[in-house]
Amino acid sequence: MEKLMSWIDDRFPLTQVWEEHMAKYYAPKNFNFWYFFGSLAILMLVMQIITGIFLTMHYKPDAELAFTSVEYIMRDVPWGWLMRYMHAIGASMFFIVIYLHMFRAMIYGSYRAPRELIWIFGMVIFIALMAESFMGYLLPWGNMSFWGAQVIISLFGAIPYVGDGLVEWLRGDYVISDATLNRFFAFHVAAVPLVLVILVFLHIVALHKVGSNNPDGIEIKKNKGADGIPLDGIPFHPYYTVKDIVGVIVFLMVFSAIVFFAPELGGWFLEADNFTPADPLSTPSHIVPLWYFTPYYSILRAVTWEWLPGGAKLWGVIAMFASLIVLFFLPWLDRSPVKSIRYRGGIFKVALTIFILAFLGLGWLGTQPAEGLNLLLAQIGMFLYFGFFLLMPIYTSLDSTKPVPERLT
Amino acid sequence: MSDQNVNKGRRRMLTLATSAVGAVGVGFMATPFILSMTPSARAKAAGAPVEVDFSKLAEGVLLTIEWQGKPVWIVKRSDAMMDTLGTLTDLLADPESDVEQQPAYAKNQSRAQEKHPNLSVMVGLCTHLGCVPLEKFAIGPASDMGDDWPGGYFCPCHGSKFDMAGRVYKNVPAPTNLPVPPFRFLSDTVIVVGENPEEAKV
Repeated sequence: MEKLMSWIDDRFPLTQVWEEHMAKYYAPKNFNFWYFFGSLAILMLVMQIITGIFLTMHYKPDAELAFTSVEYIMRDVPWGWLMRYMHAIGASMFFIVIYLHMFRAMIYGSYRAPRELIWIFGMVIFIALMAESFMGYLLPWGNMSFWGAQVIISLFGAIPYVGDGLVEWLRGDYVISDATLNRFFAFHVAAVPLVLVILVFLHIVALHKVGSNNPDGIEIKKNKGADGIPLDGIPFHPYYTVKDIVGVIVFLMVFSAIVFFAPELGGWFLEADNFTPADPLSTPSHIVPLWYFTPYYSILRAVTWEWLPGGAKLWGVIAMFASLIVLFFLPWLDRSPVKSIRYRGGIFKVALTIFILAFLGLGWLGTQPAEGLNLLLAQIGMFLYFGFFLLMPIYTSLDSTKPVPERLT
Repeated sequence: MSDQNVNKGRRRMLTLATSAVGAVGVGFMATPFILSMTPSARAKAAGAPVEVDFSKLAEGVLLTIEWQGKPVWIVKRSDAMMDTLGTLTDLLADPESDVEQQPAYAKNQSRAQEKHPNLSVMVGLCTHLGCVPLEKFAIGPASDMGDDWPGGYFCPCHGSKFDMAGRVYKNVPAPTNLPVPPFRFLSDTVIVVGENPEEAKV
């Protein structure tokens, strides 16, 4: 065995990679519950890729055959229903994990210097994931798939001058059609997953270069022992590999409960209208995107002020994209001298609470018709959402802070 | 090799020139890939005109046909429906149909052809984000649209409202009136959607 290892190590840095990234990668010793979601996100990516590959073996990316081929997977393919439910529910669970992973970064300041690039890679992953799930949602060719894609692709039509041509190019036809389904299939199973895997690799390379943040927001590399190892660090393997296995088991229990007992989760994970084949002549009476898009969908619909130059439609689209782009600037908007919420003052805690409530509120409103009071609430939610980011340089510099200890607590 | 004889300026110039030529090459190479995603010849050919015989269509009933893969509505409007059109000017965003959403021969109050003002032909896709609006031809409370609703169309996706001629109301997300496709009469009860009338051809 030793001989084999040294034979490999002479040709490929296997031991070196293992030590750098696992056995001798020193992570802070005080990771809590919130630190499960990084490894769970990798678990979900792997699960989506594997179930996806097996679904591809039976699925037909053809407007005439797609809907029936999904029903065929559900009824006739041995264990096909399990693959399909794992994949469809996996998409929703992936977003739950990603949102909690992002929330962790926000409370403990994991996006702050020197981890700005980790945050930016993460945001690009988030957006690629949204594209991936949006295109995947068209593939079953249900009526909600069809009209959801129609609405979202039409968004690009709001761009002045090039909009109409761009929409035609994206669809490859004058309406959502077989051509659109076929190209979404290509992007969903080949192009975007490839990009995602590369981005996750970059995300982890950047993380391992600077080291993990922790709930105290203290750099453990500042206090090293005589052997050059951070005093507050423990090797990732075996300490955190074992800890993460516990997280994986608990997560899979929840996941299996949904897959086996409530795969549609009351319409939140699989929408009723999508059990009807796509009908280009009739829109479902109430178009609702999947829950993880609803906060942004709410922002899109909240802009109804006709007096804006270029019209409300264009500004709705701009506001929606801006609500994602503003997240990229988070590392530079935060001016607080401390990273973790543990040592921040009341203003930040209140602002973050308002932001989370606005985000959840917008999410709920996105599932409701946008009229009357709902519209007003969505508009207030939108201002709170943007206020959290745009006022951040002001309130984080005004906020009081507690002294940060030298070592982990 | 020593670094002393390196002409750094020349080296940078060569690097830049090579990169520039390479970028042009990438641009040329990308063109076929990008153009391959535009509508194919088959998709372009599929937009053929459609002949519709509406002799059996009752007054005030919506007929939906498919043209270029889109829903096209045909409605024989009753005189009562026609009478509402003149009363709505203040509520509409573009009552005169100034935005080009119709052929010139349909730029009038009823957004129809002069000889057959009651026959409405429109593409049934909301100009906001492309949903199919619902017909709300009932008047007043029966429509669920409020007591003063004069009849028209309502888009369930984002709440846009249109009158019986597909003209958009003010303060709704849809920016323009519903499009009127080119259409011509073959006889009093047959139209061709997708072709202009003979006299309109220039």
